[in-house]
Amino acid sequence: MKTHRRNKLLAIIGGLLLLSGAVALILYALSSNINHFYPPTEVSQGKAPLDKTIRVGGLVAYNSVKRAADGLDVEFTVTDNQNSLTVQYHGILPDLFKEGQGVIAEGQLVSKTEFVASKVLAKHDEKYMPPEVEQSLEKYGHPGKKQSTDY
Amino acid sequence: MIPELGNFFLIMAFINAIFLGVLSFVGAQKEHQGLMRFSKRASISSFALILLSYICLTVSFINNDFSVQYVANHSNTQLPIYYRISAVWGAHEGSLLLWVLILTGWMAAVALFSKSLPKVLVTRVLGVMGFIAVGFIAFTLFTSNPFERVFPFIPIDGADLNPLLQDFGLIVHPPMLYMGYVGFSVVFAFAIAGLLQGDLDHHWARWSRPWTTVAWIFMSLGIALGSWWAYYELGWGGWWFWDPVENASFMPWLAGTALIHSLAATEKRGVFKSWTVLLAILTFSLSLLGTFLVRSGVLTSVHSFASDPVRGRFILVFLGIVVGVSLLIYAIQSSKIRSKANFGLFSRETALLFNNALLAVVTFMVLLGTLHPLIQEAFTGGKSSVGPPYFNLMFSIFMIPILILMPIGQQINWKQEPIKPLLTKYWLWAISSIIVGLAIVIIMGDLQPMAIVGTTLGLWVLAGCAKYVLAQASKSDSFSAGLKKISRSYWGMLVAHLGVAVTVLGVVLTSYFSIEENIKIRLGETVEVEDLSVEFYDFKNTEGPNYISSGGSFKVSSDGELITKLHPEKRKYNASRMVMTEADIDAGLFRDIYIVMGEPLDDGAWAISVHYKPFVRWIWLGTIFMALGGLLAISDKRYRQRRREKKQTKKEQVQSAEVSGE
Repeated sequence: MKTHRRNKLLAIIGGLLLLSGAVALILYALSSNINHFYPPTEVSQGKAPLDKTIRVGGLVAYNSVKRAADGLDVEFTVTDNQNSLTVQYHGILPDLFKEGQGVIAEGQLVSKTEFVASKVLAKHDEKYMPPEVEQSLEKYGHPGKKQSTDY
Repeated sequence: MIPELGNFFLIMAFINAIFLGVLSFVGAQKEHQGLMRFSKRASISSFALILLSYICLTVSFINNDFSVQYVANHSNTQLPIYYRISAVWGAHEGSLLLWVLILTGWMAAVALFSKSLPKVLVTRVLGVMGFIAVGFIAFTLFTSNPFERVFPFIPIDGADLNPLLQDFGLIVHPPMLYMGYVGFSVVFAFAIAGLLQGDLDHHWARWSRPWTTVAWIFMSLGIALGSWWAYYELGWGGWWFWDPVENASFMPWLAGTALIHSLAATEKRGVFKSWTVLLAILTFSLSLLGTFLVRSGVLTSVHSFASDPVRGRFILVFLGIVVGVSLLIYAIQSSKIRSKANFGLFSRETALLFNNALLAVVTFMVLLGTLHPLIQEAFTGGKSSVGPPYFNLMFSIFMIPILILMPIGQQINWKQEPIKPLLTKYWLWAISSIIVGLAIVIIMGDLQPMAIVGTTLGLWVLAGCAKYVLAQASKSDSFSAGLKKISRSYWGMLVAHLGVAVTVLGVVLTSYFSIEENIKIRLGETVEVEDLSVEFYDFKNTEGPNYISSGGSFKVSSDGELITKLHPEKRKYNASRMVMTEADIDAGLFRDIYIVMGEPLDDGAWAISVHYKPFVRWIWLGTIFMALGGLLAISDKRYRQRRREKKQTKKEQVQSAEVSGE
């Protein structure tokens, strides 16, 4: 049975090597796919990297949604009631995208005040506020402006 | 009155479950016949009590009893009756009650269908499930009671059910999924009971196998239904987003899939015993983790159950207790488990070992990606998310070896088989898969390397199933006689693997060859989208039962020939003032055409989104095959035979004339 034992040991060592390789691969892929979230105030403070996929979010400012007369380009301002950021997007906005609502945009920052979004997420329940946006509003927004979540 | 009655039944069920949990363990320890009988009866009565409580809530919904907070928040007088019934599980509180109903339902099923199992074991299994029920009923009663009233100011009308959920998909998706989630509690309870007893012979695996398979079938269908629902209801044309809540259901499914395979090895060959037990514990723990992720609102997700920190904490503590206690029991007792059989390097055992290792890695990969934002936040305080590219890339990479090994694993013998003759049999099939795969990708258009790999692997798995059937048939005199020799559980495996192949082909071809274009279109105008021309020929405002709809009508044609007319809508719901897009889809086995109304633009034109999705139906079709495979496997003769044998021996021993209830 000695060969059996040796085979078993070899199999276990081989398995562990493969497994640790797999885990290393996963960790590497993970580290290059993390999208950090930044509220507009942190963007204006220069904390957010340029030309890297990140998420920004806040409330859509009133009267800020501008649609190009020809085509589907749209531009709006996201604010945390202290600083704001212009977001450009091409395509159809989600159903619950509304001025005054919380929104998250995924994309890249081209300058400190301009963001090109590849995806815009608004939530599917009107009373729901993305936790990121809620926290950043609490942190940077004016007190008293927080939306009530009661019925 | 009725809500109070519902609350009363829920409290009764809670007390009942406490007795069930405690007395079962006492009864099993002392082998007390009376207590063991009680354990069975208490399981059934728990189910009955929760069912009554559930009926009370449903009646409150049907009667529009807005004095009940939950009904007031999630229903409306305009809501059609069928949605009022399904609205019961439309939000957190009620869906938790459904969860408990299903849990006690599984418990009652174990109590009823376990006559052939040793009494002590069954009693312990029911005891474990009883404690799980205690936890979940307490969760419902103390943090999320659906029967709470809103005295003295009763709203005149309800706030309405979220329009997204007013749909057939939602009526069936959650119950199916919960059947799966909760169903894994049965194999978990078997594992804990077996560990406590200290003897996990091959019977243990055989007993828990059909239960696990049934839970897995429901879970597969539940996930597929969710994916299908998201596809036609969310209007994004996507069918999987790697959203935390999707991952929450996908992780226990992956672990459950691994469990089904390792249970096979444990039952047939007595190997991997302690791993199988650990996997059973992990699978149910992942189910609980999923519940935590969905209901605590800690992660940003499209599935928004309104978040409440108290609920999150409760589930987290419960999860901690369940995982902690079961791992402790495992640590103490697992040294008593002995796996006996030896096996060679090239054997089905090894193949199943690879299957399990790979599925475990995939589960870990999804787990890490899902929890990473939480870990990150705990350490740095910053919010982040993990993008779909991570999941897509990693999942594809680990699926490659799984799919390569699948046909070989299903053919290779137990214990040992010389590898060379086996591989030579496969050469031709491998080469033809590559050629056909290449041909398909060329026909579809773009020569993308991953598309070729994926298509080839899908075909390879398909070929593996065909090859097995042909080889089996050629062993017998006639083709049909050969087919009859393949056992039901083997057919089950083949059909399930066929399902994997179909799903893989669907996923790969849709992902690489879909066309999606957002266009601006005026009434009467025709716009070209690749090979299709889309004509906007009509626009109407109509009124539904509880919404107003703006609907466009489009003719889709190709080369001057009309393919289909589509009527997507934009609905505004009266009570909630929410706007919903309703996509219209021309579904086909080989392609879907999908149009969504975007938004009206300033000059009277509309933004619409046109999708052309080849083979998208195959994704869900494959899941149906997988579920069918599971059904075939549990209908195998040996499960019924065993029951009959047991009964006979029992008859001889006790000389009691028990009527066989098969």
